Amino acid sequence: MGTCLASVVVFTAALAGAGPVKTFSPTFESQADLAPQGKVDKLVFGSMRRLSIRPANLCSDAVFVRRVYLDTIGTLPTADEARRFLGDQSPKKRQALVDRLLERREFADYWAMKWSDLLRIKAEFPINLWPNAAQAYHRWIHTAIRENQPYDRFVRELLTESGSNFRVPPVNFYRALQSHEPQAIAQAVALAWMGTRAEKWPKERLAGMAAFFAQIGYKATGEWKEEIVFFDPGKPALPAVFPDGTAAQVPPDTDPREVFADWLIAPQNPWFARNIVNRVWYWLLGRGIVHEPDDLRADNPPQIPELLAYLERELVASHYDLKHVYRLILNSKTYQLSSIPRTKNAKALAHFAYYPLRRLEAEVLIDALCQVTGTTEKYSSAIPEPFTFIPDEQRSITLADGSVGSSFLELFGRPPRDTGLESERNNRPAAAQSLHLLNSSHVERKIEQSAKLRELVQAADKPRDVVDGLYLTILSRFPTDDELKVVRGYAQSGSVERREVMIDLAWALMNSAEFLYRH
Amino acid sequence: MNIEHPSRLESHDRGTGEGLLSRREALRRGLCGAAGLLLADRLDAKTVSPAPAPKGKAKSVIQIWMWGGPSHLDTFDPKPEAGRDYCGPLDKPIATNVPGIRICELLPLLAKQADKYSIIRSMTHGSNAHETASYMVQTGRMPDRQVYPGVGAVVSLFKGYGAGYHGLIPPYIVLTEPQGRFSEAGFLGSRYKPFATGGDPGQKRFTVEGIVSADISDQRQHGRRELLQRLNTLESAMQGDAQLTAFEQAEKEAYNLILGDAGKVFDLSKEKDDLRERYGRNTFGQSCLVARRLVERGVPYVTINFKGWDTHKDNFRTMQQKLPQMDKGMATLFQDLAERKLLDTTIIWWSGEFGRTPRVQWEAPWNGGRGHYGNVFCAVLAGGGFKGGHVVGASDAKGEEVKERPVYPCDLIASMYEMLGIDPAARLPHPLGLEVHATPSAADGVKMGGRLREIM
Repeated sequence: MGTCLASVVVFTAALAGAGPVKTFSPTFESQADLAPQGKVDKLVFGSMRRLSIRPANLCSDAVFVRRVYLDTIGTLPTADEARRFLGDQSPKKRQALVDRLLERREFADYWAMKWSDLLRIKAEFPINLWPNAAQAYHRWIHTAIRENQPYDRFVRELLTESGSNFRVPPVNFYRALQSHEPQAIAQAVALAWMGTRAEKWPKERLAGMAAFFAQIGYKATGEWKEEIVFFDPGKPALPAVFPDGTAAQVPPDTDPREVFADWLIAPQNPWFARNIVNRVWYWLLGRGIVHEPDDLRADNPPQIPELLAYLERELVASHYDLKHVYRLILNSKTYQLSSIPRTKNAKALAHFAYYPLRRLEAEVLIDALCQVTGTTEKYSSAIPEPFTFIPDEQRSITLADGSVGSSFLELFGRPPRDTGLESERNNRPAAAQSLHLLNSSHVERKIEQSAKLRELVQAADKPRDVVDGLYLTILSRFPTDDELKVVRGYAQSGSVERREVMIDLAWALMNSAEFLYRH
Repeated sequence: MNIEHPSRLESHDRGTGEGLLSRREALRRGLCGAAGLLLADRLDAKTVSPAPAPKGKAKSVIQIWMWGGPSHLDTFDPKPEAGRDYCGPLDKPIATNVPGIRICELLPLLAKQADKYSIIRSMTHGSNAHETASYMVQTGRMPDRQVYPGVGAVVSLFKGYGAGYHGLIPPYIVLTEPQGRFSEAGFLGSRYKPFATGGDPGQKRFTVEGIVSADISDQRQHGRRELLQRLNTLESAMQGDAQLTAFEQAEKEAYNLILGDAGKVFDLSKEKDDLRERYGRNTFGQSCLVARRLVERGVPYVTINFKGWDTHKDNFRTMQQKLPQMDKGMATLFQDLAERKLLDTTIIWWSGEFGRTPRVQWEAPWNGGRGHYGNVFCAVLAGGGFKGGHVVGASDAKGEEVKERPVYPCDLIASMYEMLGIDPAARLPHPLGLEVHATPSAADGVKMGGRLREIM
């Protein structure tokens, strides 16, 4: 299989007239063969072969360790972690690392943040969950992820629970909305769990689905900002129709939300598993098999239908174990391709022929800046009074409440948590962001006052150790010979003080695309 | 900052014909700097171009945002006849240079400029919550499923890059900290958020976060930039990548601001000492001066975020302390803009999110405080074609209700858009493609009193 594919690759490269072939970069690429690792690779490489798209090379170990940390736990590897991985001679070390990362606490931190974006966990305007409920809701989600609660049960609880927003956290699903109208609830349910935009549906279809949410009651209690969400049989029952057009039978005195949830999480449901496996793929590879990932509809078909179907089957067969899906993807060679494309084919991106560059999310970026400098940040919310302040050492990916933040998070496009759309997150570069990273007192202080960087310099026996240490800390790899030459030249130029050489080097590495982008 | 790159540069497939074109275009943009950026954004603006805009001569807005909600009775709607329980010690309002208009005694300089501005004494929206009221005053909307953009974001959409603005300084600036508590850009997304300067123009050196560094010399900036460029191992391996091209472009724009002349707009040492004195040597006064320098260079929207008006406790002491600063800064701004012939093209909009309870809370723990009050409050409009020397609407004898001519936030906002040549019914780009407009119409169920024809 391996040799067969390799020859096809050579053939397609010639066929596609790949233009000037970039030289091989050992820093970023590996020459390991592209024999499919499993079904994912067979399907993806197979579709590339049919379209004569040449895949990128595999990524180097240095790229992999950084990438898989960022993608799986939203956290940079430390210098030690990177050094250990790079020195590990085991042929199964990538797989072993994936297994370790999936068990890290930061896995739950990072993915609870992602879900909190989509479920709009925000104490204040316009969602108005209020702080206690935002904290309770986030904690519940974090626990569900840490315990790897099966995804179907996770969603069912969010859709069907009743009780106090403080004591039964999943009921906040029905509160984290800008409107409590049944149609608005149906739209939010469709977006979150079916990955589809009900705004675009015919009116009757939306009305049929809205009927499942027409008997939700909300009432206040004596406690400040406490609210009970409950099934209110006193509200008129409307004729409920599933989004696939089948009329629902809701027995009298039954909460129609239960009927809807059972329909939704049934293995044969055409949206449920498809939506989540497509999202996980999008989260890890930067592009959905259906793209945008929350816009499933008949006229937006998947690029590789068999791949989507395969992942759906795997999810159902594993009893909705999302970590199983993460594992399938992270261990695939498809995921481990380099970000340097080896084709000019227009369909390369949509067919996953290389790993697309993506800027680090606001939260991941500030945590990374804090980690490499050993500094902390202040997060607060000015509403409601009394103000909320977060302990200094808390990382931003662990912030529960979208109303708690900082100007850095705003500047780098943290989602406002208004709509639950994936596109709310804005990772596009802007000059204001460059200004901040290149020249703000905020970042400058982090570097200049970093005890961690100072210790790194003091503990080193020779200048080379300092440079190695900075590269491993900031870029998770050793410097190349060319880079060493540049650094030596800068130090010997005489225009910069000794102390400033290392500060400027740290500054330059933190401003490099390699630091700022997943690659 | 709102300098960004068109989405086609960000997400298109790498290595396609389109990609090549984009790269070529990006290269061209790189060569012509800010002008290139302008071109880039014009592509975007085309897709949202509004209906033929009404005529308007205003080019810029200076929004004086009175964060916290200043008392209407203690500023532009004094009620000495209501007695001490309403006006406290501020019971001697002063006449202005417009017969029949009187304002608070702590605003003597503004009293001499009253012919330049008009007072709206019948603003109303009914909300007493900071965040909701901030949203309503700055978007003209009631909270609903959408989060609408604030005025600054809409103005920078229609008058920023791609709509006649060429500057390197971002088109929507806030001095010095973002308003917070409301999403400035709403569904327009973060490219329309304001650039917050940070720093303090009241200090000896106004260090604008990112643009004016406190202690990196120009020489070291150049050295660092060269080092950075020589350590770009990933960029060299991935030459031509569209993501990196956009990233490098943003970096280049940033350096134009750091090392070029544009950033000098923030250098107040270029101004004469006596003028700086007249503005007041404090954060607000010098912010007014910076705002003038910005609109002079064509920046379409500047917000001065003037904090500290949430006077639950000891309201009058705060008034004694802060109103003189406001008086100096704002009055000098009117005068300075007028002398430079900029008042005709610059709208000044003074408002908080609401007013304050007309009846003073003398009891502990308030000790002469005032609460939130959205029933009726004041706004001030000047310049950009708005007539000065008028009062629009009125509150009742105690400043508790609108007596005549209610003015809702959407009325004021639509009036400003008209003066700016922005069609108040212009369609805004929406992430889901929904049909949404710059200001609400009657069909949206929003209360309206009509545009401010009295002063237009």
